Amino acid sequence: MDYLLLSFVTFSPAVAALILLIVARGDDADANRVAKRFALSATTFTFVMSLFIVAQFDAYNTGFQMVEESEWIMGLTYKMGVDGISILFVMLTTFMMPLVIAASWGVTTRVKEYMIAFLFLETLLLGVFMALDLVLFYLFFEAGLIPMFLIIGIWGGKNRIYASFKFFLYTFLGSVLMLVAMVAMFSEAGTTDIVKLMVHQFNFTDFKVLGIQIVGGVQTLLFLAFFASFAVKMPMWPVHTWLPDAHVQAPTAGSVVLAAILLKMGGYGFLRFSLPMFPVGSAVMTDLVLWMSAIAIVYTSLVALVQEDIKKLIAYSSVAHMGYVTMGIFAANQQGIDGAIFQMLSHGFISGALFLCVGVIYDRMHTRDIDAYGGLVNKMPAYALIFMFFTMANVGLPGTSGFVGEFLTLVGIFQVNTWVALVATSGVILSAAYALWLYRRVVMGDLLKESLRSISDMTRQEKLIFAPLITMTLLLGIYPALALDLIAPSVEALVANFDTALADAGWHAHAAVSN
Amino acid sequence: MVQADLNIILPEILLSLFAMLALLGAVYGRKDGIATSLIWVTAALFIIAAFSVMRSANGTEVAFNGMFINDGFARFAKAVVLFSAAAVLIISPDYLRERKILKFEYPLLITLSVVGMMMMISAGDLMLLYMGLELQSLCLYVIAAMRRDSLKSTEAGLKYFVLGALSSGLLLYGASLTYGYAGTTSFSGILDAALQDQDDVGLLLGLVMILAGLAFKVSAVPFHMWTPDVYEGAPTPVTAFFATAPKVAAMALFARVMHDAYGGIVDDWQQIVALISLLSMYLGAIAAIGQTNIKRLMAYSSIAHMGYALMGLAAGTALGIEALLTYMTVYVVMNIGTFAFILTMQRDGQPVTDISLLNMLSRSEPGKALAMLVLLFSLAGVPPTLGFFAKWGVWNAAIDADLVWLVLASAIASAIGAYYYLRIVYLMYFGEEPQEALVCQSSPVLSGVLIVSSFAMIVGMVNLFGIEGAAEAAAATLVR
Repeated sequence: MDYLLLSFVTFSPAVAALILLIVARGDDADANRVAKRFALSATTFTFVMSLFIVAQFDAYNTGFQMVEESEWIMGLTYKMGVDGISILFVMLTTFMMPLVIAASWGVTTRVKEYMIAFLFLETLLLGVFMALDLVLFYLFFEAGLIPMFLIIGIWGGKNRIYASFKFFLYTFLGSVLMLVAMVAMFSEAGTTDIVKLMVHQFNFTDFKVLGIQIVGGVQTLLFLAFFASFAVKMPMWPVHTWLPDAHVQAPTAGSVVLAAILLKMGGYGFLRFSLPMFPVGSAVMTDLVLWMSAIAIVYTSLVALVQEDIKKLIAYSSVAHMGYVTMGIFAANQQGIDGAIFQMLSHGFISGALFLCVGVIYDRMHTRDIDAYGGLVNKMPAYALIFMFFTMANVGLPGTSGFVGEFLTLVGIFQVNTWVALVATSGVILSAAYALWLYRRVVMGDLLKESLRSISDMTRQEKLIFAPLITMTLLLGIYPALALDLIAPSVEALVANFDTALADAGWHAHAAVSN
Repeated sequence: MVQADLNIILPEILLSLFAMLALLGAVYGRKDGIATSLIWVTAALFIIAAFSVMRSANGTEVAFNGMFINDGFARFAKAVVLFSAAAVLIISPDYLRERKILKFEYPLLITLSVVGMMMMISAGDLMLLYMGLELQSLCLYVIAAMRRDSLKSTEAGLKYFVLGALSSGLLLYGASLTYGYAGTTSFSGILDAALQDQDDVGLLLGLVMILAGLAFKVSAVPFHMWTPDVYEGAPTPVTAFFATAPKVAAMALFARVMHDAYGGIVDDWQQIVALISLLSMYLGAIAAIGQTNIKRLMAYSSIAHMGYALMGLAAGTALGIEALLTYMTVYVVMNIGTFAFILTMQRDGQPVTDISLLNMLSRSEPGKALAMLVLLFSLAGVPPTLGFFAKWGVWNAAIDADLVWLVLASAIASAIGAYYYLRIVYLMYFGEEPQEALVCQSSPVLSGVLIVSSFAMIVGMVNLFGIEGAAEAAAATLVR
């Protein structure tokens, strides 16, 4: 326990939430303003503290760093740490949260509870990315459902009840299966320490269950149990249907957190658990996952084309982009995984920003129907520019971070499975189609709608929220090494371990292409 | 010798003496006027008894030639029973007074039933098992029907009595068969007989009958039918009592019989226990969905919880018993908190139990709603609450015993079950604006119990309040 920095960063927002819960009183405008400011300072403070994590982080050390460990109950350990794979997600979380709070400045109902929910959520999200104990991970992973359930349910749109229940039960069912797998792992390996489990070799001898031959044995079963949870979280086709509902009904800030951070938990899970712990299981299932990703990219892009609700369209585009991520991860080579992590980061900024863009016009017009808009450029030039920028980033225009992620994953997959790469690449064109068409319908053209005549351009505060997002998107697009230098060494180690494990297992998979 | 024996059962003797003396005092004294103070005295006595049980000598003490066993397991279970009975007593008076059923018999009957439970927990012989069980049950039948002028309460009492008698009959039949084939009523003798002749049909039949009787007491499917009606009909404090102490005692007895008397033939009963566990989980999860009365909902919830707890027993290992004890302890704390909340639910000065009245409770009673939120998520087994760790424990034990199918099935059941807990959260936090607001009774005791129990669900995550170590030690004395 040399450092307590990670725990400190993780639990700062929770402590702030507790203070807010106990100290803050009243429901008038003053109290609300205080709550907002307090939440903003708390999240900003967390972000500043998290900068110390990056400052102390040694990119060339591929192991876990700043590890904290102590005994816990029921044979579990309290263990936290970061490595090249998780650190950027930690940073993404702390970076996005102040923006999310700032974007919620317009909330007027039950402000105190709103801020408390988001602060708790931040702690849980940070915990997910730092936990180095299976059950600790699960604890954060699952507990995150509670605030999200409330955020969608209390501050959501018309159909929020259906959406919140669907969100909770869908993901809960996925994750209890993962929990069963975790219990089984604990039972076999005798530890829940992730670092130890990564070197533990789970049995991969084939056996039969109910007459069905299980190739890859226990590893495949464990992989599938984890897959059930992460695939829902990602979300992957065909278990993505909760996402559009949740997105549409969630308040703007909820959508931003959902898209920017929550969706990354699935991808992170694949990298942290599936590949290192069940290499054979992963190898067995690779083809399935790759084709699911390819279908996701094409299918959800097509679905996005016909959406009439702006948020839904962006939600489907998120699913498509997550398809690149799973594809990159299961390409299981350096470019693929680098690209997947990069894509997740960049998607965090871009989709977060897109949902904020929707929020800007929703706050003014209270509708998300694409048909209700048109010709906004005449009245909102600044908005048109910003929306244009993020639309382009979403399409993956070179120079923005979206390009780097997509390109790397495609390079990665091309070495492994050309057909999947071929199908997936068509998604690049489709994404241009739906994104640009959306932009055309909402922003371009003449301002014909009577209701839009009095719409006002973005306020200075709104612009201010977008500034950091634009900066990050451009910065990572022009100089991706900024992130890749942190990621690459850990990914290299991951890929090397994966290949070695497969070679030891005598599994000659096509996936094991070395660089 | 007798002196030593009596020393061992001193807590039981003192509690019975107290009950009888208080009965005399109340009959000749001011009758119901002293009921409130009697409740507090009894609760205090329970707590003292619990501490003395916990602090008494370690090791296994046997009295009356193996009839009465006071080991680590018994001490753990007794402490839980005593604490939960005390907590239930503390939350009762307000409700009883308002309904004008605050009678001095109430604490005394509870005391006697607690004595019965302590006997059950310590039973080392079929005779003592039956005596304890009946003493406990008779008291419970009476207090279930305590609201004599209410149709539902009398119905609850009668139903409970008839079905209880049936289950006692089953149990007795099983006991007589067992005696006939084993030639003894002592658990250790039965164990020897069972080990000698594993395929003895008579013994097996006896085992199944006894198991059915015990399953009735823990309200496990398919012997659960009485639970919802009794829970709904009985006065709420009595329901709170039903949901806690007797469940712990019956579960402890269940574990004791299975391990002390049939410990050598785990394979014979493991499947039965696993099956009733599975059925309980699913019935509890599915049947609760349609409920509109929160007491009925809690009845189905307790059926489901018994199913999870029985997974620990089905494992048939020390790890399983440890998980079972931990589970029951957490379950009791959650239930006491929840019932403390139910007791505060009022409209027009009348207690109500309609779930739909909880609409938007978070606006009128933010503190209570938050405490309930924590408890409900804990009941659903969502981390980071203790309910999750309890579930982790039983799953771990079951997987360790290769009951993977049971764990998988229970995982799905817990996802189904989460729905109805969520529904209450949904009502409290984002339901529609209510037409008639629920007025919560502002009793410091009830709020205190509610808050302490919900707080424990979160804070307990740090070290489980040491329950884990105690349960481990207790389990080690039962399963050798």
